[in-house]
Amino acid sequence: MSFKGSTRQDAKRLTLLLLFAPFTLWILLLVVLPHIGMVVLSLREKVAPRIYEFGFGNYIDFIQEPIYWNTLLRTGGMSLLVTVLALLIGFPVAYYIAKLAGNRSKGALFILCLIPLWVSDLIRAFGWILLLRESGIVSTTLQKVGLADGPVELLYNDATVIVGLVYTVILFMIVPLVSTLDGMDNEMIEAGYNLGGNSFTVMRRIVIPYAMPGIVAGCIVVFMLTAGSYLTPILLGGKNSSWFTEQIYDQFIRRYNWESGAAFGFLLLAFTSLVIWIGLKLSGQTLSSTVAKS
Amino acid sequence: MSGKQPFDVDLECLDLSKHFGDVRAVDSVSLSIPQGSFFSILGPSGCGKTTLMRMIAGFEDPTSGDIQIKGRSVLGTPPNKRNVKMVFQHLALFPMMNVYDNIAYGLRCAGFSNREIGAKVADVLERVALPDVAKRDVHQLSGGQKQRIAIARCMVLDPDVLLLDEPLGALDLKLREAMKIELKLLQSQFNTTFVYITHDQSEALVMSDQIAVMNQGRFEQIGSPQHLYQQPATAFVAGFVGDANRWEATVTNCEESQLGTMTGAGHSITGHTQNPSVAGVGDKVSIYVRPEFIRVNRSGESTGSSTADTAEFHNELAGQVDSVLFNGANSRLLIRTDEHQALIEADANLTGGLDDFKEGENVTLSWSSLQTRCFPVPAS
Repeated sequence: MSFKGSTRQDAKRLTLLLLFAPFTLWILLLVVLPHIGMVVLSLREKVAPRIYEFGFGNYIDFIQEPIYWNTLLRTGGMSLLVTVLALLIGFPVAYYIAKLAGNRSKGALFILCLIPLWVSDLIRAFGWILLLRESGIVSTTLQKVGLADGPVELLYNDATVIVGLVYTVILFMIVPLVSTLDGMDNEMIEAGYNLGGNSFTVMRRIVIPYAMPGIVAGCIVVFMLTAGSYLTPILLGGKNSSWFTEQIYDQFIRRYNWESGAAFGFLLLAFTSLVIWIGLKLSGQTLSSTVAKS
Repeated sequence: MSGKQPFDVDLECLDLSKHFGDVRAVDSVSLSIPQGSFFSILGPSGCGKTTLMRMIAGFEDPTSGDIQIKGRSVLGTPPNKRNVKMVFQHLALFPMMNVYDNIAYGLRCAGFSNREIGAKVADVLERVALPDVAKRDVHQLSGGQKQRIAIARCMVLDPDVLLLDEPLGALDLKLREAMKIELKLLQSQFNTTFVYITHDQSEALVMSDQIAVMNQGRFEQIGSPQHLYQQPATAFVAGFVGDANRWEATVTNCEESQLGTMTGAGHSITGHTQNPSVAGVGDKVSIYVRPEFIRVNRSGESTGSSTADTAEFHNELAGQVDSVLFNGANSRLLIRTDEHQALIEADANLTGGLDDFKEGENVTLSWSSLQTRCFPVPAS
């Protein structure tokens, strides 16, 4: 035991404290506190102008109004569809980058995947609008070639919203997939063939189980980003996109009904968390083995 | 090589070549491995031995030549249809499966029923002496256990040939020594042809029935371990298999297989060549002498007890002990004969008594011309 030893330990503790301070402040001030505020806000009922009471009225309103929960379910369903599409398109791309491309082209391909991030979501959505609107490039080309008689409106439908969303989020699927597949020794795949497996067996029994942490991590990120996105559904889907974030925006900004907006926000968080929990249970994965790992 | 009947031979390569652009990774290699033998391919890294093995397994297509397994060409057969299994360098056990599923994977691919799979897995685990690990995860196994599971995973499929690609490389020394003996025992127990790739000559010498020494895409020599060690056919084999002292010298006279030579430092050394026609007076040769054949005596002492004994030792050099390398039974002396010359290694019996050699002592080295191998230096 010595005085020196204890000061060193104190110094260590102080370093740790200082290192964690920004993180703790961020979590407390920007994540935990606003959410508590939101929950508190959502549990206030307006009984008269400027008079509020504690109650579940905002949540009861949500359940009683089919438009609200239909929108939430629709958002959830379309987000799942976007996640599945992003996985189906992203997996082969990631597999090619990680396993089939040569060492030199690997880096270049990965950069090519990252380049769209240089441009903001907003600009990318306007890019789609330029292409797909009635007087857009696709429509004019179709008319010139003679495949369409009049102007074709390709915006403002669900398919366009889904295409736009997949395009925006697919990167977040590819990155974790490339990093898990990259960590897989090629010997493993060769062993799969050597022991008698065909391409399908090797993919199903070896590559996909190995990449599972990356797949789950990518799906969680993509699903959360999609369900919480605002710009792309509004710009590409227009008035009838019926995205739940739009409802929240409406409550807060248009109707100035913060109580109800807070309840909606909290419901979106609870709903997406529930979907992810079910997804993790179904795939037999845990958060610590997937998102925390990659 | 023994066994010319087609079914005694498990694996045959005929004039096999693989070129990558201008690089001849494997250059017209022929081999034929009899059933149930332990065959090693020994060579430095980059000599093409891994390419050769990958061609046998089907992961690379040969540029020319043929590969036959049990007398049937497998050139058009994809890797998953060849009855050649492979133990990979890093073993490539599947980390997301437990031991049972790792071994069962191949059986499932082959379409066995679950009952048969259970019986076969239990049987093969018994044979590799790990009956209780079926339910364990791969990362819970020790290095030696992983090794045995990797072999069991292949052997359960009853392959014609088992390829092993330096599987001992990742193990620590003690375990490696133990696994050498264990691999040899497993091979004789399964009675399957093993083709073992290594750059470690001691692994190859200990385990193999036959060794092929490979260098720059070609086989330098094929033979039993003793044969390679005692009668190396080329300078490369003499230098690569076992330890050897090496001199560059010029031939001064030749009588049949006996060559008189003069080294650069002015020592005359008498040696033997297996191929008398290739060396003439004035030619450059490389001389190889193994450390265990050099007898060390203190200067002034007689080299042997009788004259008959001394007659055997045609070569003599005087020198000084530069350092003593103690390594138990494999202790060595490093002896300096001249300034600017490479030190000569000789085996020494160090018992810890007063009789042991010490640094700085003047000694005389003597060895037989029969143990002195001369190889012509290719004109370059």
